[in-house]
Amino acid sequence: MTGSVQRRVKRLGLIVNPVAGMGGRVGLKGTDGPEVLAQASELGAKPEAPGRAIEALVRLARLSDKVLVFSYPGEMGEDEARSAGLEPVVIGSIVPGRTTGADTERAAREMAALGVDLLLFAGGDGTARNVCAAWGAGVPVVGIPAGVKIHSAVYATGPRSAGDLAALFLEGKVSRTREAEVMDIDEAAFREGRVSGRLFGYLTVPVQAGMNQALKAASRGGEERALDGIAAEIVDRMKDGGLYLVGPGTTTRAVFQRLGLAKTLLGVDAVQSGRLVASDANERALLTLLAGGTSGRIVVTPIGGQGFVFGRGNQQLSPGVIHKVGREGIIVVATAGKMASLGGNPLLVDTGDSRLDDELGGYVRVLTGYRRELVYRVASSTSSPVEPARTRRRGGVE
Amino acid sequence: MKPRRKDGYHAVAWQEPIILEMGTPGERGVLLPPAGEGITRVVGDVLESIPADIRRRNPPRLPELSQPQVLRHYLRLSQMSLGADLNLDISQGTCTMKYSPKVNERLVSMPELTELHPYQDVDTVQGVLEVMYRFESILKAVSGMDRFTFQPGGGAQGIYTNACIIRAYHESRGQANQRTEIITTIFSHPADAACPATAGFKVITLYPDGRGYPDLDALKAAVSERTAGLMITNPEDTGVFNPRIREFVDLVHAAGGLCAYDQANANGILGVTRAREAGFDMCHFNLHKTFSSPHGSSGPASGAVGVINELARFLPVPTLEFDGDKHYLDYDRPETIGKVRGFHGNVPAVVRAYAWVMSLGAKGLRLVADTSVLNNNYMAMKMAAIPGVAIAYPEARARLDQIRYSWEPLKRKTGVGTEDVRRRMVDFGLQSYFESHHPWVVPEPFTLEPDETYSKDDIDEYVEVMRHISDEAHSSPEIVLGAPHQSTISRIDESALDDPKRWAMTWRAHLRKRSGTEPMRVTLPSISEPGR
Repeated sequence: MTGSVQRRVKRLGLIVNPVAGMGGRVGLKGTDGPEVLAQASELGAKPEAPGRAIEALVRLARLSDKVLVFSYPGEMGEDEARSAGLEPVVIGSIVPGRTTGADTERAAREMAALGVDLLLFAGGDGTARNVCAAWGAGVPVVGIPAGVKIHSAVYATGPRSAGDLAALFLEGKVSRTREAEVMDIDEAAFREGRVSGRLFGYLTVPVQAGMNQALKAASRGGEERALDGIAAEIVDRMKDGGLYLVGPGTTTRAVFQRLGLAKTLLGVDAVQSGRLVASDANERALLTLLAGGTSGRIVVTPIGGQGFVFGRGNQQLSPGVIHKVGREGIIVVATAGKMASLGGNPLLVDTGDSRLDDELGGYVRVLTGYRRELVYRVASSTSSPVEPARTRRRGGVE
Repeated sequence: MKPRRKDGYHAVAWQEPIILEMGTPGERGVLLPPAGEGITRVVGDVLESIPADIRRRNPPRLPELSQPQVLRHYLRLSQMSLGADLNLDISQGTCTMKYSPKVNERLVSMPELTELHPYQDVDTVQGVLEVMYRFESILKAVSGMDRFTFQPGGGAQGIYTNACIIRAYHESRGQANQRTEIITTIFSHPADAACPATAGFKVITLYPDGRGYPDLDALKAAVSERTAGLMITNPEDTGVFNPRIREFVDLVHAAGGLCAYDQANANGILGVTRAREAGFDMCHFNLHKTFSSPHGSSGPASGAVGVINELARFLPVPTLEFDGDKHYLDYDRPETIGKVRGFHGNVPAVVRAYAWVMSLGAKGLRLVADTSVLNNNYMAMKMAAIPGVAIAYPEARARLDQIRYSWEPLKRKTGVGTEDVRRRMVDFGLQSYFESHHPWVVPEPFTLEPDETYSKDDIDEYVEVMRHISDEAHSSPEIVLGAPHQSTISRIDESALDDPKRWAMTWRAHLRKRSGTEPMRVTLPSISEPGR
């Protein structure tokens, strides 16, 4: 706003996973691994990612004078950039037609070293995971959704919105960012009809201010205040001296920030009387803590865009742990905006124990702020299957 | 008549500066004459009694302008805004922007009203007290409640008053510490959550069922011995009327709570159904919505609160009483919640509402409801035929006087969303519409309310603009995405809305945040000195 002098031309990194999305149309639920990819090609699958990447990049073409684009060669970005009227600086090397996740990781590492201001990548959950593994925290990314599995919140709702969001960020019109979940699901299990998701990490994404749905669902400032409120309420409740098992996520991290403790973002930590008693605890450690007879509570937040309370990214909170704590001991926390993004669909549980899942169904009170609760439906994920198509529209950046 | 879109419209663009950027040091609108020697001698220094440590060292940096400059400035600003008397105000769904008869403005401008003072002896204000007493009788008949207060200065204050009465009721029964929870629904007005929170309650919000109706099973899961009350609207923001409202009320009563009916907007149910028959203990009406008193850009407004006899002892003081001979004010009410505002409320709002009801009569009020529901359903039929428009919760049947729509199908197909359409519609001389309260449970939302004021032609014209914008979104979306093109200002950068570091509630804060430093202090001539 003060018209600060631009340091230099903005740098944009571009990575396209050319095979992302190929399994979807032919019903293969993903393309992780060369065998599946070969199978997809045999079934007549066509690459989806290049077209979707071009759709996003066209929205950036007007910035061609102001932005320096770095891409990987050929189908991994160069071709798409040129099709969209951009002139990329090409780095690295690939074997055309034989690219893998290792190429994505290498590309991300090299672009990080080049000091790009933003990384734009096209792919699915596997691609996001590769980027996450190679990317240092902090520099923002925007995902162009092109994969079969889009559970990660790093993706925009569509290619065009991904392009627009990237443009706004590079122009300095959007400067706010947040940490978004990188989720992945075990594809082999998914193909067999089991969904076993895990929270892989977090990437920083720009947040489009006042112009899109996620934000209008609740303004960013409002979300931050709501997080403070949730944290204050939980810290108040913790004064009962009980043992609190706190699940992964940025929502639950706010509780730890208020306590002045460090939270394992991807793990379950235990707190009692203001002290950290276990960090990144596994199921056995949690059961040991609960064995002492102290009253236990579980604090969880829905992970991923589908609203899973248990079974995605927090499997340490196993059926055994949940049984010990009991239904009354479970505290679900989420901001009102996050709940609205579920589109009215119920919260889901998939503990691995279908009887327990049924017991947890019904209505739950979700803590949404200081002395604010929502009464919300919970369903067992086995009784209400989650369709990938429905997932895609949620949980994105936009 | 074929609906005519205002294609050639262009808003006035005066490029008017902020008033704090205008004027010349020393310039004055009024030059006050000196008090005169005799008066000065008797009164002395009027500032002397003000302690030195709370006196300003420098006079406030007020703009210094002549009267014609001030007049021009505000007339220009008024030309650059769209009000209810300038455009089809169908856009402000949930606000009930109806025509406010101008004759009623004449009434409230009469010196017989404007020259009154609330401290006057009641013997000298029997007339206006009678108007208020009669209007209370009208609202009692409309709602079935037993007593009313006009003290709250708006709808949210009315809801706050009800929350305070709920608290006082449980205190009187020794249950204030136990009954700490107020239940509301996500599609009730957000004040039904915010006001009880302000009054110290914990707030439990219910989500609708899959069809868009308030979820009775969710209520069953929410009520307990901690329930203090239920505070909800019906119809809700979506325009959906809850047909099981009596069951909701009974369930909360059975749990020991009270039920407050937010009837800020009662336009669709006047003379059709009442708070009493649904079992409510209290309600409130916004006289500036349903009862035609103008909104007046946030006032003066009135949130008239009604309660059943059992709760009348908690009403704010003074209450307005009549002994068969004389109207008087009663302050001697030991269980009152006190005052929520000074004096007796915004009397002009009451006078306008009284005049409006008296001009319509009971049958006229019913006709208001019927016409507004008919208008809304006619408009819904036409809106639903526009490509890209969806009605939220199509399975929910009874829609009363407003509807929450969604442009989500348009957004998915063309990339043009509700914010874009909102910016484009002002190019046709229409005020940008109200989208939704937060959070946006309905994606890409907008909410329209064509109340009884609007003719078929008005509604057709409005719908025609929406259809035209949908056509543009499909054929040349850049027109919509770049809008507005014909307005007072072009598209503004909204990113500051999201960045507290750039928010400025005052001019001084704006200058500080823009430049990064506190503005230079300038010593101005004291305002007590006439201009030199």
